[in-house]
Amino acid sequence: MTTDYNPSELLICTAARLMPDNTTAFIGTGIPMLAASLAQKMHAPNLVTVFEFGGTGAIIDELPTAVGGQNTFHRAVAASGICDIMETAHRGFIAYGFLGGAQIDPYGNLNSTVIGDHRHPKVRLPGSGGSNDVGSHCWQTIAIMRHDKRRFMEKIDFITTPGYLSGPGSREAAGLGPGSGPYRVVTNLAVMGYHPQSKRMLLLATQPGVSVAQVLENTGFELLLAEQIEENPPPSQEELRILREEVDRDKLYI
Amino acid sequence: MEVIQSGIGELIRPPDLNAFREWNRHKSKTLVDKRMSEAEAVSRFVHDGDYLGTELYGTVRCPMSLVNEVVRQGKKDLLIAGQGVLELDMLLAASLVKKLDITYIGLEVYGVSNCLRREVESGRIETCVEWSNAAFAGRFKAAAMGVPFIPLRSMLGTDTLKYSSAKVVKDPFTGDPICLIPALILDVGLIHVHRADKYGNCQVDGISGFAAEMARASKTLIVSTEEIIDEEDIRNNPDRTIIPYYLVDAVMEAPFASHPGEMCYVHRRDEDQIREWVKAAETPETTRAYLDKYIYGVRDHREYLELIGKEHLESLRYPRRKP
Repeated sequence: MTTDYNPSELLICTAARLMPDNTTAFIGTGIPMLAASLAQKMHAPNLVTVFEFGGTGAIIDELPTAVGGQNTFHRAVAASGICDIMETAHRGFIAYGFLGGAQIDPYGNLNSTVIGDHRHPKVRLPGSGGSNDVGSHCWQTIAIMRHDKRRFMEKIDFITTPGYLSGPGSREAAGLGPGSGPYRVVTNLAVMGYHPQSKRMLLLATQPGVSVAQVLENTGFELLLAEQIEENPPPSQEELRILREEVDRDKLYI
Repeated sequence: MEVIQSGIGELIRPPDLNAFREWNRHKSKTLVDKRMSEAEAVSRFVHDGDYLGTELYGTVRCPMSLVNEVVRQGKKDLLIAGQGVLELDMLLAASLVKKLDITYIGLEVYGVSNCLRREVESGRIETCVEWSNAAFAGRFKAAAMGVPFIPLRSMLGTDTLKYSSAKVVKDPFTGDPICLIPALILDVGLIHVHRADKYGNCQVDGISGFAAEMARASKTLIVSTEEIIDEEDIRNNPDRTIIPYYLVDAVMEAPFASHPGEMCYVHRRDEDQIREWVKAAETPETTRAYLDKYIYGVRDHREYLELIGKEHLESLRYPRRKP
């Protein structure tokens, strides 16, 4: 058993540690699925996974490859439909939401719609899907991203999913529920939060072996620094064993 | 109600609730055998320029055999409810789409859709109107309710709203901003289900996606089913019926109709075939070759299944059906 790990494994372990037991989490395709499975097998056996097309409370034994696949309601407590799930999020039942995107700005707004102009895009991306809903309704959202300057931008091309929009008070002014919003950004280089007053992104911790300077170099906007910046512990032997031997035993993702 | 903001996206199909009521009034309520082939259903009920929707999506309980038939018959200038993976990729690959209401078109774990990219970036698709998934399902729900719009707290404050055709109004009860999304009434809905009788009463196992809502938002509904069952089996378990027969215009038995996607409790997805599509979709030439082989090159769904191979398909089946 080696304790070497690849960037995906690091992201999965970091995200899994952010998922507490006995809470609800909106799970999307890819890394959030692996992280939820790892969390259930490590410290959060009753992490209630919520999948947009109807799965609630699945035990993730076999990894889903789609957000509507059979594994998203394997040994679940309910298999309903998209309206029920979205209404549940509207009513404030979903604590955490996991998001991804091609671009993120200092307020945690995300773009997964177009690179360039909407009418004549350079790259047409898939679009919101459930992302905008997760960002609008979950109490705390966690974005999982690759960290580089082309993704961490002062101004993104398109706001698909709301973060703190243009700063303090703007979510509420737009009509979104008070007290909800971006919570963490997990990358291959760092973990970030948001400044409680300015709502701008704040560096909380670096990933193992990564310097603060490296994080700043790869961020295309002014990143605030927490008073004390921690260094994340690397994935443990136990986390890596479960991840490789149980969570992704068919090597679908890692 | 005071309108605070209007999305600049085109309202591709303004909902006409009274016309929809009139249409439904005259829709046959007679119990008649609606079984027919995919070819007959598509040629009778799908027309150039129609507004089409599919359910569930791409790799999950997806009406692929019907979509393939739409491609085979070259129904063009389609207006599309854009929630999809492989099924909408096929329509995009064949350049049959004119306008899109889009929430998500991509390949999930395999990333962006190259077919979507080519059709949008070249300008062949005239317009993309953005929605979130909740808004998208909500538009069907509004139509199913028979009302012109429903309020939602999604999309607020974002470009997704700006490029949609939703409106933000001041809630007349609380004064807070709220998003209104317009009902979407489809010309034709395509749905694949686990079982149906010959009249079109349909039952679905597992998650139900937006089947109930989309079926009720469709003027014409074409259903493919893993198996046709007796009317008695429906009448003995009416609690399992999510689509009653009077919504349905055509039904056909089509096992593995969602191949290469999965059908819960019946068969898993065909990862190799999905990867073959992902690879083929990279260039227009290989995309065309894939369509030639798997759609234009076979006469119907049965020939498609023969091409894929019976033994291979059986290997995808779950060992045991849900009791």
